[in-house]
Amino acid sequence: MSSVGLALRDQRAELGIFRARLMVAGLFALAALGVLLARFVWLQVVQGEHYHTLAEANRISVVPVVPNRGLILDRHGEVLAANYSAYTLEVTPSRVADVERAIDALAQVIEVSPRDRRRFKRLQEESKNFESLPIRTRLTEEEVARFAVNRYRFPGFEIKARLFRSYPHGDIASHAVGYIGRINEADVRRIEAQGAATNYKGTDHIGKLGIEGAYEKELHGATGSERVEIDAGGRAIRALSRSEPQSGNNLFVTLDIKLQRVAEEAFREYRGALVALDPKTGDVLALVSKPGFDPNLFVDGIDPANWDALNNSPDKPLNNRALRGQYPPGSTIKPFLALAALSYGRRTPEQTIFDPGHWMLPGVSRPFRDWKPGGHGTVDLHKSIVVSCDTYYYGLANDLGVDAIHRFMTQFGFGARTGVDIEGELAGLQPSTEWKWQRFKQKWYAGDTISVGIGQGYWLATPMQLATAVATLANGGTPVQPRLVRAVQDARTQEVRELPVRAGEPLPFKPEHLELVKSAMIDVSRPGGTAARAAQGAPYLIAAKTGTAQVVAMKSGEKYDEKRVRERHRDHALFIAYAPADDPKIALALLVENGGHGGSTAAPIAREILDFHLLGKRPAPRPALPVEEAEGD
Amino acid sequence: MISRLFDFVSRRIDGPLMVALVLTLSLGLTVVYSASGGASFDRVLAQGRNIAIAAMALWVVANIPPQALMRLAVPAYAAGLVLLVGVALFGEVRNGARRWLNLGFTTLQPSEAMKIAVPLVLAWYFHRHQEGIKLRDYAVAAILLALPVGLVVRQPDLGTALLIFASGFFVIFLAGLSWKVLATLFASGLVSLPFLWGMLHDYQRRRVLTLLDPSEDPLGAGYHIIQATIAIGSGGVLGKGWLNGTQAQLDFVPERSTDFILAVFGEEFGLAGNLVLMALYVLIVARGLMIAANASTTFARLVAGAVTLTFFTYAFVNMGMVSGILPVVGVPLPMVSYGGTALLSMLVGFGILMSISTHKQLVSS
Repeated sequence: MSSVGLALRDQRAELGIFRARLMVAGLFALAALGVLLARFVWLQVVQGEHYHTLAEANRISVVPVVPNRGLILDRHGEVLAANYSAYTLEVTPSRVADVERAIDALAQVIEVSPRDRRRFKRLQEESKNFESLPIRTRLTEEEVARFAVNRYRFPGFEIKARLFRSYPHGDIASHAVGYIGRINEADVRRIEAQGAATNYKGTDHIGKLGIEGAYEKELHGATGSERVEIDAGGRAIRALSRSEPQSGNNLFVTLDIKLQRVAEEAFREYRGALVALDPKTGDVLALVSKPGFDPNLFVDGIDPANWDALNNSPDKPLNNRALRGQYPPGSTIKPFLALAALSYGRRTPEQTIFDPGHWMLPGVSRPFRDWKPGGHGTVDLHKSIVVSCDTYYYGLANDLGVDAIHRFMTQFGFGARTGVDIEGELAGLQPSTEWKWQRFKQKWYAGDTISVGIGQGYWLATPMQLATAVATLANGGTPVQPRLVRAVQDARTQEVRELPVRAGEPLPFKPEHLELVKSAMIDVSRPGGTAARAAQGAPYLIAAKTGTAQVVAMKSGEKYDEKRVRERHRDHALFIAYAPADDPKIALALLVENGGHGGSTAAPIAREILDFHLLGKRPAPRPALPVEEAEGD
Repeated sequence: MISRLFDFVSRRIDGPLMVALVLTLSLGLTVVYSASGGASFDRVLAQGRNIAIAAMALWVVANIPPQALMRLAVPAYAAGLVLLVGVALFGEVRNGARRWLNLGFTTLQPSEAMKIAVPLVLAWYFHRHQEGIKLRDYAVAAILLALPVGLVVRQPDLGTALLIFASGFFVIFLAGLSWKVLATLFASGLVSLPFLWGMLHDYQRRRVLTLLDPSEDPLGAGYHIIQATIAIGSGGVLGKGWLNGTQAQLDFVPERSTDFILAVFGEEFGLAGNLVLMALYVLIVARGLMIAANASTTFARLVAGAVTLTFFTYAFVNMGMVSGILPVVGVPLPMVSYGGTALLSMLVGFGILMSISTHKQLVSS
């Protein structure tokens, strides 16, 4: 009984302990729930807004929508730079463990050429790892399909539809049109300095050179944006809203691509440059720098082999000779000097000199030789231009003095950039006493002036400068600023906005003086003139002047033997002209590097261009430009 | 006929507990549907199958009288221990942990069964020694507990080990281990923390460190916690609505249909939803504790109490880890997370509770 009672008491005591413990545990659990509840209130009520913002930021990504780049059209509407859409296969290196191996595996699926690999390597070196870089461009539909099937094997690889730039005329007008290339670090800094960084989000190409570079602002357009819902993997699920991009504006350029092609082909294998202008407006009708390059090579990233070939070629195809080539202008400046002589009253048209074939500077024993041994005999101003008499200009330069020449020639734009609307132009050099003192801390010697008189010595000019000066002569004396872009077409309104012609004040010389020079330049292209052969049979009047620029300075008295001089040391051939002389439609200046004589090498090139521009006549096929016997300077 | 069938089915079912369980499980299915993208019923159907199997197990267990369960305790424990040793020797490695035993026709995770076997065997032991439980008995109980926990920790499976430990500890605690001893154990536990730290695996240590500062490693270990916290927090008071959780639907929440399903729930149903879920858990726990308090034998009391408290531990650890106040251990949200194994052991536990609740008249008579 007692044991049973004890057991009962024990049981009751045990039950009591158990229930107490249960109570403790229950309270503990309630307390734990209280902590959880507090946590939920903290997260969902107190910090709710904050986390809501974070969640929105997680799921919404603002994706830039890249605008279509504006087109570049020639003066007749022919397309010089266009866009086309193509598939590219891109890799984000940071998302791939072993890029090399992945590309090897990719090569089993679609073709990856060694060129693609080299280009990719180069891009990789230039870019950050998290950027998406093209490994293959212009995939065919079949290749896209083949990749899509194998896609799971290539994480970090993505097919993208992209707009590409194409230059349908290839290397024709490449120096004028320029090209676009991938944005590099220097571009990024420039874009940021302009405050345009937002507008370039998503854009990976930018105009680098020529019109593409100079008119980047017009061509690029305004980047749109799209708010996209993305998942944790960054894949877009759906678009939430979109602001459309604004296409870039179309550019109408002043070039006539047909004329351009005629001009480039007229150069045959020669290196050189040519600028043809409309003398009234400064419109650049053709801008040649030979050799050129194919701008299409740059569009999807140039591969190292092509880059080295272009960069290291002794012919310097990337150098825009029309704007950056600084050459002695040679005898092409004689009409300008004649005009200076008339304007400053240093010569009358009737005044003659006797040319024995050389000219002596008083006090200097060394003679300055005329290009024609034995000389031209009695020479007046008219004849001095027609036969390109050096002796006449030796004396004239001496009488004018270098500073007067400097003063007169700078009016025509020599020694300064013409202000043509693409970048990279050089200023040439119009020497003066002040310049020589600044540059060399040396006195100007009278002998220095004599060679300036025939466009040699310190005088350097670019083909663009020369062409601009010729245009000024042709239009009666009003300097015009050359331009490559004539009008801008607004992408949205399709409205065409003509850009203003920039002309300076008419130069203060007498029309009758200009007439005298002009009649002499016309006679240059007539029998007896230095360009007579090239101008033969032209049904329009050509005002012209030939020129030759020495590449290697000759020792005094040394007879220049063209055949003995190695090709690269042969003289540059120059030619300036405008036509028709009575109502000029075109003014041009051209230079053929190591071409020999202006009359024989450069003038026939000009003739083909004039014939095409004025008559629409395509040049008859000529195998190569012969290096003819010297028929004059 | 029909009423007799109904009686046969429901005779051993505890009404209030069953209602709470059905509500929670239904809630779970709606969240699983949302967490699996809200586009297909595959997961819901699979989970429905899991629930059906577990419910049958519940019914079977509920129909076993507690005395019979007590007789099963030792064999179940012994079998579980053998299988755990088997896992340690021949187990299959998945995700870097040796937890599964491949029996050829099926794979088994014996640690899961221990969550039931351990409280059963400890309760059995204390029941045998109810006349006067001495300190030595607690020591024996501690050994019985330490063996499976040690084996599971080595697998390694910290979450399950923690729950097995909790289930055993609750028995010992409810059996009346004196506060003094408890305090001593707690203190020595604190002292040995640095040693335990040294025994942890790298990834386990990282989880603890990540909890202290998730922003330390936002794309690695901290990613889970950060994204889950954002999901819950962005749900606000009323939630974004069923199937409308951006964090969940756009895949930002990792393990969203299993361990982290609370993040989906909290995002789509907000604080209100969390309160409902917590209320359901409170109902279940309260009913469990009531059954324990009214149980007629020591064994029944201890088992009922421990099973109930273990269930609560499940819920608390999961909610704590998903909301960022506890380290991440692999513990599902009870009866909501997708998955069959934990559900099975849990409903077997509730089967025991129901057996205890519905058999006590027979015992006391």
